[in-house]
Amino acid sequence: MATAQGAALDRKKLMADPIMVTTIVVLITFLTLFILYPLAILLIDSLYGDGNGLSLSVFKRVLAMPTFTRAIGNTLKIGFVVGILSTLIGLLFAYVEVYVKMNRFAGGLFKLVSMLPVVSPPFVLSLSMIMLFGRSGLITRFLLGIYDNNVYGYWGIVIVQTLTFFPVCYMMLKGLLKNIDPSLEEAARDMGASRWKVFTDVTFPLMLPGLGNAFLVTFIESIADFANPMIIGGSYDTLATTIYLQITGAMDKVGAAAMAVVLLCITLAMFAVQKFYLESKTAATLTGKASRARMLIEDKSVTIPLTILCSLGALFVIVMYICVPIGALFPTWGYKFTPLTFKWFGQVFSKYKGLKAFRDSFVLSLIASPITALLSMIISYLVVKRKFKAKGFIEAVSMLAMAVPGTVLGVGYIRGFSGGLFRTGFLQGLYGTGAILIIVFVVRSLPTGTRSGISALRQIDKSIEESAYDMGADSFKVFMTVTLPLIKDSFLSGLVTAFVRSITAISAIILLVTPSYLLITVQINEFAEKGAFSIACAFATILILITYGSVLLMNLVMKFFGTSRKIKEDE
Amino acid sequence: MAKEKKGVRLEHISKIYQDPKTHKDFYAVHDTSLEIEPGSFVTLLGPSGCGKTTTLRMIAGFESPDEGEIYLGGEPINALTPNKRDTAMVFQSYALLPHYNIFDNVAYGLKLRKLDKETIRTKVMDILKLVGLEGMEARMTNQLSGGQQQRVALARALVLEPGVLLFDEPLSNLDAKLRVSMRTEIRRIQQEAGITAVYVTHDQSEAMALSDKIIIMEKGVVSQMGSPQEIYYHPKNEFVADFIGDANFLKGRMSRHEGGDGIVSIGGTEVRVAAAEGVADGADTTVVLRPESTVLADKGYFPVKVVVSSFMGAYQLYHVMLGETKLIIHEYNPKGKKIYAMGDTAYIGFEPGNAHCI
Repeated sequence: MATAQGAALDRKKLMADPIMVTTIVVLITFLTLFILYPLAILLIDSLYGDGNGLSLSVFKRVLAMPTFTRAIGNTLKIGFVVGILSTLIGLLFAYVEVYVKMNRFAGGLFKLVSMLPVVSPPFVLSLSMIMLFGRSGLITRFLLGIYDNNVYGYWGIVIVQTLTFFPVCYMMLKGLLKNIDPSLEEAARDMGASRWKVFTDVTFPLMLPGLGNAFLVTFIESIADFANPMIIGGSYDTLATTIYLQITGAMDKVGAAAMAVVLLCITLAMFAVQKFYLESKTAATLTGKASRARMLIEDKSVTIPLTILCSLGALFVIVMYICVPIGALFPTWGYKFTPLTFKWFGQVFSKYKGLKAFRDSFVLSLIASPITALLSMIISYLVVKRKFKAKGFIEAVSMLAMAVPGTVLGVGYIRGFSGGLFRTGFLQGLYGTGAILIIVFVVRSLPTGTRSGISALRQIDKSIEESAYDMGADSFKVFMTVTLPLIKDSFLSGLVTAFVRSITAISAIILLVTPSYLLITVQINEFAEKGAFSIACAFATILILITYGSVLLMNLVMKFFGTSRKIKEDE
Repeated sequence: MAKEKKGVRLEHISKIYQDPKTHKDFYAVHDTSLEIEPGSFVTLLGPSGCGKTTTLRMIAGFESPDEGEIYLGGEPINALTPNKRDTAMVFQSYALLPHYNIFDNVAYGLKLRKLDKETIRTKVMDILKLVGLEGMEARMTNQLSGGQQQRVALARALVLEPGVLLFDEPLSNLDAKLRVSMRTEIRRIQQEAGITAVYVTHDQSEAMALSDKIIIMEKGVVSQMGSPQEIYYHPKNEFVADFIGDANFLKGRMSRHEGGDGIVSIGGTEVRVAAAEGVADGADTTVVLRPESTVLADKGYFPVKVVVSSFMGAYQLYHVMLGETKLIIHEYNPKGKKIYAMGDTAYIGFEPGNAHCI
């Protein structure tokens, strides 16, 4: 059938819109250059890297290294255990929040727990783990009198990662549970099932795909995690740290590239399962919105133990986070606790170039975040509202970035840009500059922003934009006067999320940063490595204050300027 | 009011979609040609999936035709984007810009045309008066009722003085009473403004009440077009007859023509039908009878069994069985007439002028 004319006309209409065409071209170039190309160069490196043409010899070489094969095993084992633990704890918290009547105090704790990991740098829990349970740990040594407790290694990583990632599972599963129609469970109760039976026969099967989803997301996060294994892993190496050491220690960039390809394959496979299999299943089982509010469980024999259990868990996590600022106030951690002092904070600025570190991190992140927020809104707009040929490409690549571990991206940038594009020297000037750091920040935060933009845009009736288009606005005008104002909230939160993610990022950045830039996260990592925990804590505390401050600021701004909220309210 | 009333002409328009499940291509609109006179009110009427909305969206420019050419006021517009076309659309969901107040919604298109502030103000106020929303210009859209939102959507389209005004089922989100009053309102405004209008709906009474011309679509093709009277009294096929109002169908064979009337043999009984020009002697034919033109009496053409007899106020509703065929009869003004009860046997009859053959 002749669909050619329609396609040709659609193309013609698109071409009549130069801003739109330019945007698409720029986007495609950006995604290709900074996401696809670095990954491609890794593959090329690992297949051609030994100079004998196409061969698997680099893979053979790295697979013969016991450190590498051990790291693969370690990474998978940790990912698996952390995935299961986080999902289970997340499920418990989500179930209690959605099903059980809680007092307000416990509710507040839950909210805090879900927010802390978002505003914290990735290795905060590792720091406090060492400071609470390590050799001179506050709890192990001073409360329990254990003098040589070893937190470094497998269990250290598992505990820290679980505590870091379970709030993500909790948030995901909470959304899922809220979407289960209570009348399904009431019907089962009505037919004579006990609460436990309702859970095992109705609730659990309904959320099984969602649980799988939460598990895989955590699994991917865990195996991509660099900061925690770096600080608390000790000699227990994971793929991310092994790749880092292969570059910084063994100076074997080609080997690191091959290792990165292996890590990427694992995360991509997991991501594919999660994206194409589980997400569709979740959507299929949980189509309907809850028809009305759920009757909460008020039975004291259920509510009290569950609330206490979860509150204790939440308190523990909160104590872990609080430990960092407190640690920065003690004169000497582990030996001298009074009087509290600001000397470490002083040293951050006087001795360790703290001001430069904060300025560099702050400025680079501040530049990166509006770019990220705008790019992700544009991508979401194109993906949700427009149809054109390259749309599939843009959507796929920006989602792909979600599955790429920071370490892999870092290695890809080293291999891809240190000698210019394809080592021709073209664009070589980029490497080692602040610009490439900004680009890494953007690429690392783009998927999160895009995802939230897409879900915000799906809520907006397509005909609202069509009506503006129909009244004479071109695509650019439609985007600026209609789309963007309607997703202002999503844009603002994207802005802050991008900022927070950038200023707390480390995995890719640590491979690319040059001495001319001091970044806070890299500094914290260095001091933690050296065992200078008080200084590391002082750095981390200021960082947390900055991120938390920007989140508060965003909430304020949204409260006063968020138009979309006003619109939603009256409906 | 309109700068220039424009006509719309579709020449052999087709639109092909892919079925999302089977991935097979199908024609959403197939080889459709039609002519819309300047200043007329034309309705595209049909069940869901008949291609009426797709046709409207092709006129607006949101969809591109896979075959054929669309003309607006004599100019081919296939390659123009919606913002460059002299059309304005009223959407089913109203599609008001929720972050603007009423004034800014109506002024949006004028601002894009870079008119000066004073002109915009005058135009917006005039149009708000026309649609009966005077004094509401500062309200936000969510402070309006459905009917008021619909008026804003209409005002917003009218103020641009488009060559043609497009309506995509604009009343389907309103309750029944409001729907009736709004359609009178739309017709009044269209005539006052003297604007060409293309209106999509699946509601036949809406189409009848509003239109100069109705175009009935089925499965992507035009089944019939004509004035409401033509369509109602002379439907070309069973689909049209059934879609516009209720209809009874009696299968038979054309025996002969007598003085302009046709004599149709139905199960051995001969009946006289006035409108039977298109059917040749000896051909199979179907006699179409409107329920209100069918008479139930003690004598008539065919004996039937009454299976439903309900008092509807304005009329008595009967369902009767003629053999295996169910017929519907509306006996208007039933007071004082003989009422048949369920299970009774009676006869049906009709005036030759009230029936026609297809």
